[in-house]
Amino acid sequence: MLIEIKDAPFEPYQRLLEYQAEAGFSGKYGATAVFVGSMREFNQGDDVSVMTLEHYPGMTEKYLQKISEEAADKWDILDSLIIHRVGEMLPNDPIVLVAVWSAHRAEAFDASRYLMEELKSRAPFWKKESLKDDVRWVEKNT
Amino acid sequence: MSNAVIRIKFFASLREHVGQGEAETSDTDAKTVIEAWNKVTNNMAMPENTLMAVNMDYVEANHPIKAGDEVAFFPPVTGG
Repeated sequence: MLIEIKDAPFEPYQRLLEYQAEAGFSGKYGATAVFVGSMREFNQGDDVSVMTLEHYPGMTEKYLQKISEEAADKWDILDSLIIHRVGEMLPNDPIVLVAVWSAHRAEAFDASRYLMEELKSRAPFWKKESLKDDVRWVEKNT
Repeated sequence: MSNAVIRIKFFASLREHVGQGEAETSDTDAKTVIEAWNKVTNNMAMPENTLMAVNMDYVEANHPIKAGDEVAFFPPVTGG
């Protein structure tokens, strides 16, 4: 179980393979569910050129750890990985990686969905968007 | 005395709204989260949907606070 906050761009698929190679569940998993969230170049009908993600150092890590432990309690999974960007990012940049490994697919699907939904509603991150002539905070998650 | 201090943090749009990122109050001036808000913002109206945390756990506005606590106020979260 690992959570990471990154203040610079990361390559989710490469990081996934590295983590999997070092993890202790080799030969035991039959399912890997992977979610990658990326920055769009549009939101609410406007072009977005830059997005800045703020977090609450300490509490953000605490809640990512908390939801990871909740998922491990609820489902029979082997491991989970959450990586989330902060700082300034550009369209196409990965924002978040969630991966879950389990013996069978149902647990990996369900636990990864849970991690993403709980992250979006409980982990203290905030997005600010730079538009052509304006800067605005994203007010709520869709 | 330093051990009477309660540290307050504001994040994101709420930090800009109240015009400060960090503040302090004391355990004699604020016994609950909402009292800490009123003290350090000079009784500004709290925006609807404001989230509150004490020592990095979510709480309600009437949650008690004590010396050494860290209290945070922030808008709905928008990560992921």
